[in-house]
Amino acid sequence: MDTLASLGDGFAVALTWQNLGLALLGCFLGTIMGALPGLGPSNGVAILIPLAFTLGLGATPSLILLTSVYYGAMYGGRISSILLNIPGDEPAMMTCLDGHPMAKKGLAGEALSLSGIASFVGAFIATWGLIFLAPQLVKIALLFGPAEYFALFALAFMTLGGVSSTNQAKSAFAAALGIGLAMVGVDTQTGVPRFTFGEVHLYDGLDFLVAIVGLFALSEVFIFLENRHGGSEAQGKKLEIGRIYPPWSMIRQCTPTMLRTSFLGFVAGVLPGAGASLGSFISYSMEKRLVDKEGTFGTGDPRGVAAPEAGNNAAAGGALVPMLALGVPGSGTTAVLLAVLLSLNITPGPLLFSQNPDVVWGLIAALFIANFMLLAMNIPMVGLFTRVLMIPSRILMPIVAMVSFVGIYGISGSSFDLLVMIGFGVMGWLLRKFDVPLVPIILGTLLGNAMENNLRRAVTIDNGNWLTLIDSPLAIGLWLVAIVGFVLPLIVGARVKAGMRARGDEEGSTRD
Amino acid sequence: MSDRIFGVFGMLLAIGFAIAAIAIEESFLSDAVGPKAFPLIIAAILGLSSAVIALRPDPEPAWPALGRLVEIGAAAVVMILYANLLPEAGFVLSTAFAAGYLAWRLGSSPFEAVATGVGTSVGIYVIFHLVLGLSLARGPWGF
Repeated sequence: MDTLASLGDGFAVALTWQNLGLALLGCFLGTIMGALPGLGPSNGVAILIPLAFTLGLGATPSLILLTSVYYGAMYGGRISSILLNIPGDEPAMMTCLDGHPMAKKGLAGEALSLSGIASFVGAFIATWGLIFLAPQLVKIALLFGPAEYFALFALAFMTLGGVSSTNQAKSAFAAALGIGLAMVGVDTQTGVPRFTFGEVHLYDGLDFLVAIVGLFALSEVFIFLENRHGGSEAQGKKLEIGRIYPPWSMIRQCTPTMLRTSFLGFVAGVLPGAGASLGSFISYSMEKRLVDKEGTFGTGDPRGVAAPEAGNNAAAGGALVPMLALGVPGSGTTAVLLAVLLSLNITPGPLLFSQNPDVVWGLIAALFIANFMLLAMNIPMVGLFTRVLMIPSRILMPIVAMVSFVGIYGISGSSFDLLVMIGFGVMGWLLRKFDVPLVPIILGTLLGNAMENNLRRAVTIDNGNWLTLIDSPLAIGLWLVAIVGFVLPLIVGARVKAGMRARGDEEGSTRD
Repeated sequence: MSDRIFGVFGMLLAIGFAIAAIAIEESFLSDAVGPKAFPLIIAAILGLSSAVIALRPDPEPAWPALGRLVEIGAAAVVMILYANLLPEAGFVLSTAFAAGYLAWRLGSSPFEAVATGVGTSVGIYVIFHLVLGLSLARGPWGF
């Protein structure tokens, strides 16, 4: 009952006019960003962080704004999947399979509202899961010493490539590159400058916000320039919606599917190396195997719409569990949310729950509120968001680029940071061409220093004995999971990826 | 072939990183591990993974035609100019120029590009500076 009391306090924090307004704004912006192909949850949140930061919002309001964007983007991704057969972001690609056929049959409105309900169910169940699971994980995490934390960070990096990764060497390269970039600057323990090459601007290290915005947002602009993709996806297609409330029988038919896939998606979200894309993929595959007796999946079966949407929204909630409880994110967008916490000087992890309970529970309460707002926005007002699809990218992309510049300039007011950001943008474009995942780079720049500090603390406590890293059963267990997580994709990766990429996002939005 | 070049480049990067790590001056007060060890481990991982990329390359990525590469380069140059001009020319003018350029290169007609540039610039100025109070670069004219 302790938990419920804390949740009550959380609602007291969240229910202020400012926070409600921010949640509403976040849900609205998030849905738009999710709906637009080319802007997904991770780059959407990335663009907004510097803004939330420079506007001087406190920790809880910023988090409420940005997680609302995150949840909103998960809702919004389905809109273009269903209407245009183009996923608005990567987790929404499985929704194309049955959503678009439904729209072709003239059931676009039903598909949109049903997927809205499925998203709600998924996110709602996952938020409850977060409430009950995160405090349990915190209890385990309190047993962690520096050696275990070092192993945990290694686990995060080794599994981040994901089960669908086909080239683990590139994931490892990305992680090492990110950690290497984090090393730039004055060493926190001894005070000697490292990799600064005498450049004073580098003594503070590279700002990870600059890296994130460059890699995620600017590289997207370069991709659009490369393809000279200036039109809107909706050009020349008519966006008929029709009736927007699904019949009860359809909802009833889909309820068992939604409940099962919410649970499955949540588990996929909590596990390292999975994330929302995989959550929707396995949800769809499982439902297809379980209930598709007549072979209607893929031809516009409502259950095929409900399954991936409930799955990916539940996974989005599940992915918050390791991020909040351990400080180790398992997906791209939660890595970006971690950057929010770090830039606000809040260290996530077990102590967050005891030291900043207002932040944690305020955030969780805001998630519930945001979820209801999103349901309201996404069913009666879905027509508004379909209009957004008409915005051509030749107008949208300059705005994205300029807002990125404004945000970063707002933090430091220095042109040097802007130049670094452009450098990251070009690098991000190049790495995407080589199919190198960007999320490990981000996570490396975020966690590199913490990882090194834990290593050095562990070894120093044990008088320079490096074997202390594999001294406790807990640490050994974490290392084993890490190794399995790294080796497994070598065996099954190609198969999973083939299934997921069958409906890949052409513009290659960042993986989540 | 691209992946082989990429891998070789990665290995060179790892070697450079390792050399820079060895060159770190240690302070007389240091912990048992010191500031060099972890960067060297990272350099090793970077080098190893690059070697694997070079030895087992993925299928060739779809490289754009030369013209498109020039396009990306030109956009990067415009952005660099933008970053440098921002403090000199002020936010509104430089942003209108940069946004207009990007809109034009993404296929807008000249008139539409100017409209996008001015609209983006003034819109951001009004929302972020006048309404939200974010400090933007001030040029000689104060905006």
